[in-house]
Amino acid sequence: MLVDSPPEQRAEHAPAPPTRHVVRALGLLLAAVLLVLVALASIAVGAKGLSPAQVWHGLFHDTGTYGDVVVGERLSRTVLGLLVGAALGLSGAVLQALTRNPLADPGLLGINAGASAAVVTAMTYLGVTSLTGYVWFAFLGAAAVGGLVWFLGGSRGATPVRLALAGTAITAALYGYLQAVMITDGAALGKMRFWTVGSLVSATDSTIVQVLPFLAVGTVLALALARPLNAVEMGDDTARALGANLDRTRALAMLSAVVLCGAATAACGPIMFVGLMVPHVVRSFTGPDLRWILPYATVLAPVLLLGSDVLGRVVARPAELQVGIVTAVIGGPVFIFLVRRRRTAQL
Amino acid sequence: MKTHSRSRAVRTPGGLSVRLDPRALTVVVLLLVAACAAGIALIGTGDAKIPAADVLRTLAGNGNAYQDFIVNELRLPRVLVGLLVGAALGLGGALFQSISRNPLGSPDVLGLSQGSTAGALTVIVLLSGSASQVTVGALAGGLATGLAVYLLAWKQGVHGYRMVLVGIGVNAVMTAVNGYLLTKADLVDAARAVVWMTGSLNGRDWDQVWPLLALCAVLVPLVLVNARGLRMMEMGDDISHALGVRVQWVRLLLMVSAVLLTAAATAAAGPVSFVALTAPQLARRLTRSPGPNLVPSLCMGAALLVAADWASQRAFGADQLPVGVVTGVLGGAYLLWLLVTERRAGRI
Repeated sequence: MLVDSPPEQRAEHAPAPPTRHVVRALGLLLAAVLLVLVALASIAVGAKGLSPAQVWHGLFHDTGTYGDVVVGERLSRTVLGLLVGAALGLSGAVLQALTRNPLADPGLLGINAGASAAVVTAMTYLGVTSLTGYVWFAFLGAAAVGGLVWFLGGSRGATPVRLALAGTAITAALYGYLQAVMITDGAALGKMRFWTVGSLVSATDSTIVQVLPFLAVGTVLALALARPLNAVEMGDDTARALGANLDRTRALAMLSAVVLCGAATAACGPIMFVGLMVPHVVRSFTGPDLRWILPYATVLAPVLLLGSDVLGRVVARPAELQVGIVTAVIGGPVFIFLVRRRRTAQL
Repeated sequence: MKTHSRSRAVRTPGGLSVRLDPRALTVVVLLLVAACAAGIALIGTGDAKIPAADVLRTLAGNGNAYQDFIVNELRLPRVLVGLLVGAALGLGGALFQSISRNPLGSPDVLGLSQGSTAGALTVIVLLSGSASQVTVGALAGGLATGLAVYLLAWKQGVHGYRMVLVGIGVNAVMTAVNGYLLTKADLVDAARAVVWMTGSLNGRDWDQVWPLLALCAVLVPLVLVNARGLRMMEMGDDISHALGVRVQWVRLLLMVSAVLLTAAATAAAGPVSFVALTAPQLARRLTRSPGPNLVPSLCMGAALLVAADWASQRAFGADQLPVGVVTGVLGGAYLLWLLVTERRAGRI
């Protein structure tokens, strides 16, 4: 039958790479448009609602009116949300590829908690107050816990359950430590209870300038690793047969994930589940090719983060819910759904 | 794991039989002695130090009025709450670990402690409730969380790993809710909430002892009677079903008991971390017996908690550092060691 069928019909069965690439590129463009819309919403929505005209005025003809000041405040918050969201989504996608584990997430694997514990230590006991100072501690904590979870979870033989358990257990231990710090130091409690939930409220221009270089390095590194990580995802033997340098790829991927989520945590506290959800959503329409997953995750993760931030402002108006809480409340059910959907044999 | 061959069955004339393991029996007796010794040492520790001999004499009713007040009114309830909370956590942890068939499947990891905390924080922060209302809130939070984990993990029966993962998800959500409640509070309420969240035995009186004692008196026998099925369930659902165990029913009954024990303990002393995780593991290593090790875990939990409270009072001064910090740090270190060894043995 196939031999007799005309060429057009055969083309339907075989993959047609050029068209598919065009569709995916258009999809990416659409995602970017969505991102712009969410970013505008993030500027317009809040305790004081602004009309589109006021947003436009504040963005491009700043004359110092009340509306313009509000736009300025929300602009830095929105930009930070964009950067942090992209970092979390990208690091989640990289971690999922690296561990070959669909449930990997910087929050679930304890990497955020490691960064938090290191930052709190630096703030409370070492007197480090500037973001540029404690971002290094965040990297250190993130890297230490990342390595520990990877090792304890069984390295190469890691299963989703083992990694998640090791991550959760270490998170529990680190939270115990955080609580001990907060109990013994009243001043630390006043400051830390807002930071440890994950929030964009404290965003200023200087925060953005300070984390931007780290995020840029991490993003470029992660995006450049898409090809070798594709090979890693096929399993050790196949990857080696394809000529991939496994150890170098793994080390660089871990480095980029640690830099991205360490810097994101240092800037706005631990935020969970963004890195888990976005790559899953993205994979459902891009397929398993990381060269598409990573850019999509970079664009769509901030949509989720900013959307959650806006939602947190709408739900609890005139006060607001911290974004880390909104993402956890949305992400927990998604995580449970993923767990339920997978066949038990795979877990 | 090496099993013990010297265990024997004791049969009663009524046709009942109990399997007795001499080593496990010795461990239980030694742990009980250790728990009582730590309790007496704890009664004697504080701003007014009382020698152990005087403590014993006062407990027997022969002390002077001053010692009688300090021992029987102030410190005995604290020690009893500590013993009961430790026992409940140890037993609850052993049940959870056995049901999830995973050494890390403890209430700390599965979100129950966080659920109880959320209930208590709601009362502290939003309702500014009294101590007894906080207890009710913690109980309700723990029960609701346990129910949620069970129902969400249900898919033609509850499977161990799915329950662990669902519990981890619930745990994350509850942690976020707690963080939110903490930011809603003013600083005084927040400080009270953080101390509660760490788990503390400070200022416990007889009002906390009686409900906990009553609950343990009902649940512990209930659990022990039904523990036979648990040992078989560790071999897998199919085998235990074939051996005549009503798997889902026993699992539900024991899980509800474990949730109640954990929630009651949390309500009385706050979520004292890691006791439920470490006590069963330590007990298992001492008895060298496979299976749930329920009674040794119970005794180990009681001994651990009171000893940790005594250590914190000795090392940092009276009422300075809540017991939860000590168990958290010790438990965290133990957890790392456990992860390393279990990983090497490929058991996690």
